[in-house]
Amino acid sequence: MAGAIHATGLVKTFGETRALDGVDLDVPEGSVLGLLGPNGAGKTTTVRLLATLLRPDAGTAVVAGHDVVRHPDRVRLSIGLSGQFAAVDDRLTGRENLRMIGELYGLRSRAARRRADELLDRFDLTGAADRMSSTYSGGMRRRLDLACALVVRPSVMFLDEPSTGLDPTSRLMLWDIIEDLVSQGTTILLTTQYLEEADRLARDIAVVDHGRIIARGTPRELKAQAGGQRVEAVVSRREQLDAAAALLAGYGIRTPDVDRPRGMVSVPVDGGVRLMTQVIAALDAAGIEITDIGMRRPTLDEVFLALTEVAPRDTSRTAVGAGAANEKE
Amino acid sequence: MNVSATAPPVPELRPGTAAKSLRDVLVVTRRNVIRTVRIPEVVVLSLVQPIVFVLLFAYIFAGSFSLPGAANPAAYREYMMPGFFVQTLAFATAGNSSVSMANDMQSGMVDRFRSLPMARGALLTGRTLADLVQNVMVMTVMVLCALLVGWRIHHGVLRAAAAFALLLLMGYALSWVGVVIGLSVRAPEAAATSNFLWLFPLTFLSNAFVAPSTLPTVLRWAAEWNPLSATVQATRQLFGNPGLAATGAWPAQHPVLVSLSWSVLIAVVGRTLAVRRYRSAGS
Repeated sequence: MAGAIHATGLVKTFGETRALDGVDLDVPEGSVLGLLGPNGAGKTTTVRLLATLLRPDAGTAVVAGHDVVRHPDRVRLSIGLSGQFAAVDDRLTGRENLRMIGELYGLRSRAARRRADELLDRFDLTGAADRMSSTYSGGMRRRLDLACALVVRPSVMFLDEPSTGLDPTSRLMLWDIIEDLVSQGTTILLTTQYLEEADRLARDIAVVDHGRIIARGTPRELKAQAGGQRVEAVVSRREQLDAAAALLAGYGIRTPDVDRPRGMVSVPVDGGVRLMTQVIAALDAAGIEITDIGMRRPTLDEVFLALTEVAPRDTSRTAVGAGAANEKE
Repeated sequence: MNVSATAPPVPELRPGTAAKSLRDVLVVTRRNVIRTVRIPEVVVLSLVQPIVFVLLFAYIFAGSFSLPGAANPAAYREYMMPGFFVQTLAFATAGNSSVSMANDMQSGMVDRFRSLPMARGALLTGRTLADLVQNVMVMTVMVLCALLVGWRIHHGVLRAAAAFALLLLMGYALSWVGVVIGLSVRAPEAAATSNFLWLFPLTFLSNAFVAPSTLPTVLRWAAEWNPLSATVQATRQLFGNPGLAATGAWPAQHPVLVSLSWSVLIAVVGRTLAVRRYRSAGS
């Protein structure tokens, strides 16, 4: 139990807005959960509740073995925050920031100073250690921010969009650090809008929308949930686009998506290469010319969009053969 | 890169102990003082305004204002200085604490502090103590300026020290009011503006620059019981500066006691409200 996050039925309202509407979460010790969702979905509120910054209106949460409402101080000793959840002081130097945080965790001055030096060294900030952090570049500030979360090794770490504003090298460095922490047994809850990041770092993903968890699973399971394989066909003559969509609808398990600017129809299918040959033959028989056709698994982006329905797409979940549903495209 | 190669240190001071709480307050105070000295022009500019005021009053208005019973401008200068001390402290301390607190809320520093195993009121107490440090600097400059325009201490060092203590205590109490305001508004700009709303009435509806006896009944009563009036009256007595003939109002006859009581009351109520606000911040 220690080191894990366990939340049941979390509810939080701000005035009329129900920011969280019954969130359940389970993050086993030493694992990474990616909390995925659009802006305003409830990701940040969830983390603020778990980090003792907010009190839930209903529900319970246990973080690192302690109840967040009854023993917030014990929770605070075991967690680290990074990202928009918590700032670094812009008028203090990097070294002063780290020392202050160490002292507030309860380290003696000398231990806090030593730890600050260590972290500055490891995060490649020694050269800038005695400059006000307001002079730092975006990447340097993110590194300092992350170092602040690691002053005492937290058993649970909350990371908010950790890659935002980082150049590719810093991003790889950050990913290494995260993987290293996890291998040492740290539990990590990260929020992200970068699906690549979630794919790379999190073994489990929970998709949040409108204050609820609408899907969870491994990246692979989520991709399967969004319809598995897709057939994508690009027509050579735009006027045949609707005809192609109507035809593909007959083979898909959901209504096809039509990308007009690219002249592309794509539809989730339940079948392999044989289905593909059938589709090609049918298009040929109908006299629809295509420049490209292929089969692929959805990206996590598509999963995300399908689940949160933020894309302007046809949301009717009509099954096989409902070609007419496409007319409003 | 292996962040855990060296074992991270284990906290020695446990939350909840008196030693840890005291330490938290000192760490936050130091942080706030560092923030202030990093941008010294903020302090320097905040001192220019009262200096300009003193000079304006001392050399322009003092000629036309007259102190009941004493016609010469020099007497008015001595009379007005305790009022200036109080007014300057009130504006400096409340402005400082409310704007800094609102800044910390807006920048996410309050969230950082609240996520750490800190003593509950440490962030707020650290704020008010840093204000106190700054108030000592403000007073020093004001006193030098006052000496230049002819203000003097007449009753010895001990009584003067008591007067300064009363002034700083009143400043400290108002700092808590500033903290409550800073925690209640949504932007530092709002904190800065809101200060004018209560500080101008509070400082002018007092005996700082005019005699309450010249005011209509309701305003006179307000001016007589104004916490700042008591502090002004008390410091005038302790410095030996010319004051007003006692109006018979009870606070004017016991100014030291009244000033002390007001300061303690404001600080206690302010702190209680501030801690309550802080705990529910953001929810």
